[in-house]
Amino acid sequence: MGKTLFDKIWDAHVVTQVQGGMKVLYIDRHFIHEVTSPQAFDGLEQRNIPVFRTQKTIATADHNVPTINQHLPIAEPLSRFQVDKLTENCDKFGVNLYGLGHQYQGIVHVIGPELGITQPGMTIVCGDSHTSTHGAFGCIAFGIGTSQVEQVLATQCLLQTRPKRMRITIDGKLQAGVLSKDIILYIISKLSASGGTGYFVEYAGSAISSLSMEARMTICNMSIEMGARGGLIAPDDITFDYVKGRLFAPQGADWDFKLAYWKTLYSDPDAKFDQEYYFDADDIAPMVTYGTNPGMGIKVTDQIPQPEEANQVTFNKALNYMGVESGESLMGKTIEYVFIGSCTNSRIEDLRMVAEYVKGKQKAPHVSAMIVPGSKQVEMQVKAEGLDEIFKAAGFEFREPGCSACLGMNEDKIPKGAYCVSTSNRNFEGRQGPGARTILASPLTAAAAAIAGKIVDVRSHLN
Amino acid sequence: MEKFKTILSSAVPLPIEEVDTDQIIPARFLKATTREGFGENLFRDWRFHPDGSPKQDFILNNPIYTGTILVAGKNFGCGSSREHAAWALADYGFRVVVSSFFADIFRGNALNNGILPVQVTDAFLQVLFLAIEKDPETPIQVDLENQEISLPATGEKTYFDIDPYKKLCLLNGYDDIEYLLSLKPQIEAFEKQLIH
Repeated sequence: MGKTLFDKIWDAHVVTQVQGGMKVLYIDRHFIHEVTSPQAFDGLEQRNIPVFRTQKTIATADHNVPTINQHLPIAEPLSRFQVDKLTENCDKFGVNLYGLGHQYQGIVHVIGPELGITQPGMTIVCGDSHTSTHGAFGCIAFGIGTSQVEQVLATQCLLQTRPKRMRITIDGKLQAGVLSKDIILYIISKLSASGGTGYFVEYAGSAISSLSMEARMTICNMSIEMGARGGLIAPDDITFDYVKGRLFAPQGADWDFKLAYWKTLYSDPDAKFDQEYYFDADDIAPMVTYGTNPGMGIKVTDQIPQPEEANQVTFNKALNYMGVESGESLMGKTIEYVFIGSCTNSRIEDLRMVAEYVKGKQKAPHVSAMIVPGSKQVEMQVKAEGLDEIFKAAGFEFREPGCSACLGMNEDKIPKGAYCVSTSNRNFEGRQGPGARTILASPLTAAAAAIAGKIVDVRSHLN
Repeated sequence: MEKFKTILSSAVPLPIEEVDTDQIIPARFLKATTREGFGENLFRDWRFHPDGSPKQDFILNNPIYTGTILVAGKNFGCGSSREHAAWALADYGFRVVVSSFFADIFRGNALNNGILPVQVTDAFLQVLFLAIEKDPETPIQVDLENQEISLPATGEKTYFDIDPYKKLCLLNGYDDIEYLLSLKPQIEAFEKQLIH
């Protein structure tokens, strides 16, 4: 029987098996950031052991950094301490750091791909659940806890149970105004916030293979939002073209050798999956969430559903928090904030698309709209293309790179009770700040909401 | 890690589904660089008003519910990979979380911190919720050795699954890292065949 893409990569990384079935999995690349690494470095220090393979760990500061005045010392003492601690640990243990102000700094899941560190066939981990992003290159990439960060630093390995394999196939052509963010929000709304738990998901079909790498990253990024440890897409010419020539991409004979291997990375025609789903691209519309988990999403033209009997308490709690009701449509709903950024949608294509949409328009007066690039490289590219001027003219604030208002950890927060259309990945209670109400959407839907001051169907507002 | 022994304790019921790790410990409390002290901010925004006063209707503020076992709705621990969620639960004093479904990363983090995630059927979860509702002091027994959770008062019990290796680790207080470090020579040999 043939192998799935997942199995091919997994099998190539199993060092040994533990009694009982768990595997010792070798990790090719390890990203770390300031929030989930300090206790891991402490652990190494207490055991008096070094980082085993310093060249395979890459550090950056992203979660806890301000997105204005990054040239100044961080004002908030605890944040500053944590970011300084990362610098200190990287110095002490010999780990390469792209810290604040460095030209390669940015959100871990943006810089890995853009620097060519992320390559097909790799196993990649990070103390961050959105590590699934890197699966877009045909990688086994998943988030881990801090104890595991310590294990990878110490041994470059993890103990893992082999997950089940799921494939989600989407064929057909997307409607104009429908983006890859809508695809993944649509999938999660169908499978629920726990429908992928225990699985690694391969995304396939013509609607996926026709996407750019950045659009694919948006899809894999949110795999965790349906509970899947990771998502992956078979690498193809679009992948190889993206990787080629990047800073850490293989070169010369090494490139040829690796390319030949990467071309073997696909699910064999007779490979068997534990679970398969099929969707039609034409059925996908611009999506918005109405509740407090990413599975609570609807087409922008649909009404908020009625609760199912089994989960009424949780459902009603979510609607109450969001200040919405079953049967209500979100179209026309007044919103106060728009956040365009996060590891889901802060790459240059996202920002080009937003710029093209808002060019010559003006945001609604009551809306605060913020655009936060995913990395220093993206920020510089935006400026080189003059997109920052377009944003400014349209009344959008263009910030410096970081996780920003995605997680309510740094200074960028949404006030209690306010509605924020956000291109990020989580609409949990308080995610963007205590009491903040998050409506997840694509960059186009978010941009259109900023201009209109309310939620609209971007398909009828395209340029 | 502390050895896990059989636990007999009353339980705290949290009949909410999809409890994500942002609720267990909001991101603004992740700025610490040690593992201690997260318990005071466990379920921070459900437990306290913005001014720091307790929300009387939240379960942890109800003195009739006590114990080292948390019983929660399905898909507990979804969302962020933050191990701080497990640290917060452990620091507060929980040793067991019972649910009908756990998010993968949380499950691993819990096990790495001496917290036992006990997955039961939806039906047995309801049995537990009802029993606690009827008598908040009713003891629940969690026997890891025999992989069994029971209500001694009624004799109702069920079996739960756990990876045999992780069970061994919990019972003996072993960390994964000790085992992985012992494999160093094998890992070094394996590296010779790596592509990346």
